[in-house]
Amino acid sequence: MTTITARAMGQALSRVDGPAKVRGHAPYAFEQPVDRPVYLYPVEAAITVGRITGIDCSHASAQPGVLGVLTHLNAARTSAGASGELGILQSDQVAFRNQFVGAVLAETSEIARYAAGLVRVDYEARPHDVVFDAGRRDLYKPEQLAPSFPMDTDKGDVDAALSSAPFALDQGYTTPRYHHNPLEPHSTIAVWADGHFTLHMSTQGVHVARACLAQVFDLDPDRIRIIAPYVGGAFGSKVQPRADAVLAMLAARMVPGRPVKFQLTRQQTFSQTGYRPPTVQRVQLGADRDGRLLAVAHSCTAPTARIQEFAEHSTRSTPTLYATPNLRTRQRLAKLDISTPSIMRAPGEASGMFAVESAMDEMAIACGVDPVEFRIRNDTDTHPLTGLPFSSRNLAGCMREGARRFGWDQRDPTPRARRSQGWLVGTGVATALYSVFRLPGSASIQAHPDGRYTVSIGAADIGTGTWTALAQVAADALGVDLTQVELQIGDTNYPCASEAAASSGITSWGAAICEAADQLRHALADQPGGQLPPQGLTITADMPENPYLQQYSMHSFGAQFAEVRINEFTGEIRVPRQLGVFAVGRIVNPRTARSQLLGGMTWGLSMALHEHGALDPRFGATVNQDLATYHVASNADVGNVEVHWLDEYDPYVNPMGTKGIGEIGMVSAAAAIANAVHHATGIRVRDLPITLDKLLPESRPVTATS
Amino acid sequence: MDVDISIRVDGDTHRLSVDTRTTVLDTLRERLGITSPKKGCDHGQCGACTVLLNGRRVNSCLLLAVAHDGAEIVTAAGLAVDGQMHPMQRSFIEHDAFQCGYCTPGQIVSAVAMLGEAAAGWPSFATPAGEQPATPDSGGMRDDEIRERMSGNLCRCAAYANIVPAIREVAEA
Repeated sequence: MTTITARAMGQALSRVDGPAKVRGHAPYAFEQPVDRPVYLYPVEAAITVGRITGIDCSHASAQPGVLGVLTHLNAARTSAGASGELGILQSDQVAFRNQFVGAVLAETSEIARYAAGLVRVDYEARPHDVVFDAGRRDLYKPEQLAPSFPMDTDKGDVDAALSSAPFALDQGYTTPRYHHNPLEPHSTIAVWADGHFTLHMSTQGVHVARACLAQVFDLDPDRIRIIAPYVGGAFGSKVQPRADAVLAMLAARMVPGRPVKFQLTRQQTFSQTGYRPPTVQRVQLGADRDGRLLAVAHSCTAPTARIQEFAEHSTRSTPTLYATPNLRTRQRLAKLDISTPSIMRAPGEASGMFAVESAMDEMAIACGVDPVEFRIRNDTDTHPLTGLPFSSRNLAGCMREGARRFGWDQRDPTPRARRSQGWLVGTGVATALYSVFRLPGSASIQAHPDGRYTVSIGAADIGTGTWTALAQVAADALGVDLTQVELQIGDTNYPCASEAAASSGITSWGAAICEAADQLRHALADQPGGQLPPQGLTITADMPENPYLQQYSMHSFGAQFAEVRINEFTGEIRVPRQLGVFAVGRIVNPRTARSQLLGGMTWGLSMALHEHGALDPRFGATVNQDLATYHVASNADVGNVEVHWLDEYDPYVNPMGTKGIGEIGMVSAAAAIANAVHHATGIRVRDLPITLDKLLPESRPVTATS
Repeated sequence: MDVDISIRVDGDTHRLSVDTRTTVLDTLRERLGITSPKKGCDHGQCGACTVLLNGRRVNSCLLLAVAHDGAEIVTAAGLAVDGQMHPMQRSFIEHDAFQCGYCTPGQIVSAVAMLGEAAAGWPSFATPAGEQPATPDSGGMRDDEIRERMSGNLCRCAAYANIVPAIREVAEA
């Protein structure tokens, strides 16, 4: 594998899109200027399961300014292959509460919204099944999701090891339903003209979205263009197109030539854009008298939707964590009459590592070993399941550096040992891990005679800093100054590239750009006199295979530390300090990289203390479907957040030496906080979020109750 | 029902006829093409639509345009004067106080207004009883004052730990 020399990479450049964003001038999907827009407002199912027995659109249609009412009776037929959530308005069936059953097209958003309320839908409801319970009899093992992560794993004899282990732990942990809530709700402007769709769409990947929607509408992908230069957050909810995009396109078919604008309300995003499903997990650990793990078993049960499968694969990273002779993971699902869960930042790790890293803290205490030392003692040079060496693994380095910076050696391990002015103070630690993913794609480079290079790739910047960091990669791939590089992303007119997901963007897009730069050099050498022809030269190249994939196990690592303060009288929880040290390969742009890790750690705080989507069993939908009742971390919730990384370069992952940073920041941040809460109070909270009611009975001092 | 109104936005006067149901935010974004303020929740819960209304920060999604005939509105775009960014805008870039950028115009407008509120002596929940929230003598604003006063502006990318020093730097300048 060619490696490239870092010149632009490593510079802490400010975002190239910064001046536009601080003015509000960077155009997001709904802000693209269009002529004579049509506004769309959906009609949502008012039952949970059943069928539509009648629709009366007469009042809605009679409203001045209404251009049409879309229902399953008049919507264009989409591909039968487009089942699941994308197969909307194709029959009278209702599969979950709030599913789209119609929509109103109107000259203004006010008219559309009002008229949508006038559409009368009659239903015949059937009994629904929406309550998730890990004891259900209909649990099943899902199909394999990703080749690198088998659903179930087995090594050795876990049960025998546990029964004879000097120290054994068997605990349950739960996480609730989480909603992504990017600040920009899902938005689409769809135009249907001359047999072609043009979509301005908030998406994590224009090409993955196009491939999916082309299938839904049975169209050649070349007849759909998707444009998305700026995306207002996504966090997994905008990887695959959701029903809102299909609805906008169905509406566009009704008004050829006119742009249809559709932005979900905040409330609608809770039922239409996926979510991290709740999990019920069990962790069993066995350890010897020296604090070395003898067995690790981790199982996860989660709900999925009856109409489309998704598994929150909470156990997927557990086999990679620690040396152990005996290992077992299990993943089971229950199909319910609910909307479909989806990928959400660190899908699997966020929920799963909360459980495992809480259990590791409990086991460290049981063994009488310091929690930092316990993790270092169980570190491993080879992957415990595959036996492969790691391309780079510096967990121990992260732990030691984090402990040094955090002041861990001052820690009295006794719970409830530190008090300060009515507050119990505790500290906690946890291991972070996220795997390296590579997704196929291509890139093109055009060399201009004046020394400029246009680098085009259908990549995305969802706030990650792609506009800046990928240009830095391109400059170094070409060996030229950054000012010579013009980057073009966010449009299906550019070469097919993967989505901004799985922390794989720089790895995948960067590898394709490096390959294109390589081929450009060779093509240039073949030119007469090695001279660039007057019209320039364009090379398009695919991301090459990585020859090391079968030889090394590739992952990012980190150590999360947290300090919490619990009010002795009220149970109020504050997190004055989080500190993370990460080993994530080369850092392309220290300024934007720090922000990604920082944001991830704050997501971990939000997961630990605030977020909880409450499903109403009577309706099968999230009750707290807005930002006042579904609390995400606000400014006042966040204390000092310190982000550090080890100087690391991984020669086996890609030509840049990077490993991916978008998700690992949130992994185990919640566990570090939960472990700190235990240290502060002596109370082990195994079900998130950690709310004050879970801390009150014991945190209240004796003097307050006597 | 439509009503004629006149509003001044970032120094330009606009006369238009608005549906009485139309918010100030939708008037700006959908009628006037002024998309600097963003729609994140349409319920006054996220702050992405924050603008200055007659000098004070407001959630423009909670205001009906018909009730604001003659209003003077400043958006984040209007904070930049003669093409020069406002110091708060420069500080947000320098501190990388945003990622996706969708909440950013609202954050910046809110921060600028908030500093004015504190300078005028308006206390917040975080202000100790009997104290002034921010005076040059007391070393400017404490971080917990900034955090408290900025908590009406959500940032899901969670750039808070960069937003606070970005604002502090401007406050101390």
